[in-house]
This record gives sequence, structure tokens and C-alpha cells, in this order.
Amino acid sequence: MSTFKQHSILPGFNLALGFTLLYLSLIVLIPLSAAFIRTAELTWPEFWTIVTTPRVMASYRLTFGASFAAALVNAVFGLLVAWVLVRYHFPGKKLVDALVDLPFALPTAVAGIALTALYAGNGWIGQFLEPMGFKVAFTPLGIFVALTFIGLPFVVRTVQPVLEDIESELEEAAATLGANRWQTFTRVIFPALFPALMTGFALAFARAIGEYGSVIFIAGNMPMISEITPLLIITKLEQYDYAGATALSVVMLVISFILLLIINLLQWWSRRRSIES
Amino acid sequence: MTTTITFPLSPAARKERATQEPAWVRWSLIGLALMFLTLFLFIPLISVFYEALKKGSDVYLAAITHPDALSAIKLTLTVAAIAVPLNLVFGVAAAWAIAKFEFRGKNLLITLIDLPFSVSPVVSGLIYVLVFGLQGWLGPWLAEHDLKIIFAVPGIVLATVFVTVPFIARELIPLMQAQGTEEEEAAVVLGASGWQTFYHVTLPNIKWGLLYGAILCNARAMGEFGAVSVVSGHIRGSTNTLPLHVEILYNEYNFAAAFAVASLLALLALVTLALKTLIEARNKQHQKQRGHE
Repeated sequence: MSTFKQHSILPGFNLALGFTLLYLSLIVLIPLSAAFIRTAELTWPEFWTIVTTPRVMASYRLTFGASFAAALVNAVFGLLVAWVLVRYHFPGKKLVDALVDLPFALPTAVAGIALTALYAGNGWIGQFLEPMGFKVAFTPLGIFVALTFIGLPFVVRTVQPVLEDIESELEEAAATLGANRWQTFTRVIFPALFPALMTGFALAFARAIGEYGSVIFIAGNMPMISEITPLLIITKLEQYDYAGATALSVVMLVISFILLLIINLLQWWSRRRSIES
Repeated sequence: MTTTITFPLSPAARKERATQEPAWVRWSLIGLALMFLTLFLFIPLISVFYEALKKGSDVYLAAITHPDALSAIKLTLTVAAIAVPLNLVFGVAAAWAIAKFEFRGKNLLITLIDLPFSVSPVVSGLIYVLVFGLQGWLGPWLAEHDLKIIFAVPGIVLATVFVTVPFIARELIPLMQAQGTEEEEAAVVLGASGWQTFYHVTLPNIKWGLLYGAILCNARAMGEFGAVSVVSGHIRGSTNTLPLHVEILYNEYNFAAAFAVASLLALLALVTLALKTLIEARNKQHQKQRGHE
């Protein structure tokens, strides 16, 4: 015990840690382990067959592709929004800043039906896009739109504090040494922001992969074309294919854990960067 | 012949020129950012209220006062009223252990607390089906004792608790770590009991962080869709939360009613953001005051 915990005069350690571990075990760890233990009942070839059927493979491609594209768009525009919010003044800035978090606060089902109504052929935005040949609602493009909405705050909120902390002396020094504004941005500011930007990108990507509520309304949910992996899990569950649903959820869980590890490494890198500078 | 280069600008203006973009660049960037936000944030938000009220206030009122809608509101409030306090107690306990003591495996524990954030909502629901469902570990035992968790309210509560586990803890841990242990140690040395120390010393220091976490936790608890959808069974008037009710109405092509109910959830989101912004502003002020002391 003495090597496990450093001495402190404050009381309550055993109670607090004991309760924390009990609660986490009951609510999080035991149920999560159920997915792995139930999957272990399958043999490896059985598992492999379930998680690599053409329909499942198509859903991975769609889920990852759309999530990647959405996270990429969010990286570019999230950086822009963070920059504008930190560096410039314009009317309504405070309101805009507060509303950036809307995708965190708005239930995903509400986002889903709102985006579907907007991008349908007769919707506010869809009516302009459809004549140009862009069908968004009920296509993979719609999934991309929903995932962009869902991931929007991540990059803004990870880049914003780092940008606020960059000292103007650095930029002044660069300018004094003869750098123009663009050079200062690409060689001084951007490298300082890069770890945070990557963290935001990874967070948006990880969130998008698991997303369900906002996507199913706009996706159209056609097998092989616009069916995301989380929906496939639900479909299997509704057909009482518990083994199939569980196997797919284990694949999703493993991917989430790997992403979580990458995000932790990125955050560590980001912190070290900011300490160095 | 010497040419002198003159700087008609004052030093301050020169500094501004070196560290700021020209006005046209500034305004183009602001315009581009606002266009993106308008397209992806503001228009979807406005459209919820527009679609909800499109068919008039009578249709709107009828939709949100329909017995099914009222029972969905009641269930959503009930679920949040259980999930938020549970995670509040958990968050305080976890933050007390992690922030006030040094022990091995702390980083692993923090990662475990964050875990539910990285699990797909659908998977979050499914794992409870695997434990409590008819095919699940406890299913046969529960059936024998006539207890129902999946496709009933307890399952909805459990799935909601799962997805909202990290909210309050992750708000409190950095806050309490930053505050250190000196004040609590002083109280204990002066003879205060553990609970007295917590109530009179720690709680006043963390109350805003606690409230902040609780508000975010509440928003997610009331709005959760995927996880709840898996365990609910979608029984109207009994296991239908507000987000699930929106889905049912929408799938019945009853768009006006779906958006009317959705507008309640959008209002909740707006209130959440307003409170969040207020608390953040208060915190900033508080920190400034502390800095001046």
C-alpha cells in the first residue's frame, strides 16, 4: 500500500477510489468486457467471416471515408474559425463563439432531421444543389455533411486555446527578421498549432466513426452504398443476430481504443510542444 | 545621392502591420469563416424552429402537448434526474481521489473514465443488451424473477449513465488538480473532519466547475439517441424518450410534429450553451479577481 500511494494527511482516499473503481467496473468495464467475452465464443474463422463480408467491408469504407473527409474539412475550417475568433474583432463575435459548441449540445437526432430537411431536393439548400447535379440527402454525401456538423467544435476548441497562448513577441521577432506575414504564419504560427490541429482532427474523426443519430436520417441507409457500420450493428441486432452484432461492435471498439491511444499521444505531444515554447 | 526610407507610420502602427494581416485579408477570412458556420450551424438551427412553426402554432402546441409527447418529456426528465446525480457523485469521488492524492496507475484511471466518450453510442447500448438482455448474461435470471431492464426504463437509465460518465469527472479533475491540497490540509490540521473539509473548503472552490459539468452532462443525458435507441424497444408512451419520439414522428412523415418536439430539444441545447457561456465568463472574472489579490 505504501508504494501504491504516497502518504497524505487528507482523508477519504480509500472511500473515493473504492467507489470510483466499483462504479467504473459496474457501469463501464464489465458491460464492455461482455462484448469481448461474447465474441470469444466464436472461433477465429467464424469471427473473420462475419467482419469481412462484402456488405460489412462496404460499410467500413463508407464510415472511414466519410469520417476522414469530414474531419479534414473540419481541420481546415476549424483552424480558420479558431483564427478568426482569437485574432479578429467583428460584431456578434461572442455569440458566434458560444454557438460553435452547438453540435455538442444539440441532440444528434435533431441535427439529423434538420440536415435532412435542408439538403432534401425541396429543402432550403438542396433546391440549389440538386439542379447542379449534387444530390446530398440520402447519399454518402449526406453522411459527410452530418459528420462535418458533428465534428465541427473539436478542431476549433483544441486550436483556440493554443492560438491564444502564442505570444505576439514571436511574430514580432519574425517580422523584425524580415519575414512577411505569410512566412510568419507558415513557419512560426502553424508549427506551434500543428499538434493541437492534429489532436482536433483525430477527435473529430473518432467521433464521426461511431456517430449514429445524425447520420441515419440523412443517409438513406442503402446496403453497400450508404449504410454505416453502426447502423449495420443495429440491423443485425434487430434480426436477432447477436453474434454478428457483437463481432462488429468488437471491431468498432478496437478501432476506438487505437484512436484513443493515438489521441492521448497527440495530446502529450501537444503539451510538450507548449512547454518547450 | 542618398535615398532615405521614411516610415510614415507610428511605431504602434508598424507593429500592427508586422503582426496583423491587411484589412482585406482579415475581412475575407472572417467572411469565409462565417459562411462556413452559417451553412453548417446557423441554418440547421434556424430550420428546426422554422419547420416546427411552419404549420402554425396550433399544430405546434398540439404536437408538444400530445400524451405521447408528454410521456416522452416525463421519461426524459426522469432519466436525466437519475443519471446526472449518479455521475455527479461519481465525478466528485473520482476527482477527489485523482486530484488530492498521488498513487500508481492514475493516468490509466483517467483514461478509463474517458473511455465512454470514444465508444460508439450504438455499441454503448449493445453491451447492456449483452449483459441484461434475454440472450445476455443475466437475462435468464432476470426473466425468472420477472425483472425487465432491456426494453424498459432501467435499461434506458443505464445506457444514459454510461454515455455521460466522463462529463463531470473530466471537468472537476483538472480544476481540483490546479487548486492543490493546501487549503484542505490546513482545514484537517485545524481539526475539521473529512466531510467538513469537503463541504466547507472544497465544495465552494469547485461549485462552478461542478455546475458546468452537470449542465453538459444533462444536455447529453436528455439528448442521447443511439445508445438509448438500442435498449429502449420504442414503446410509445412508456419507453420513448424525446429524441426517440422525434424519430418515430419523423419516420411516420409527421414532420411538423417531429420538428415541434425537436425544437424543445434545440431550446434545451440553446439554454445549455447560454448557461455554459455565463459560467465561463464568471470563471474568467473570478480568476482575474484571484490574480489581483
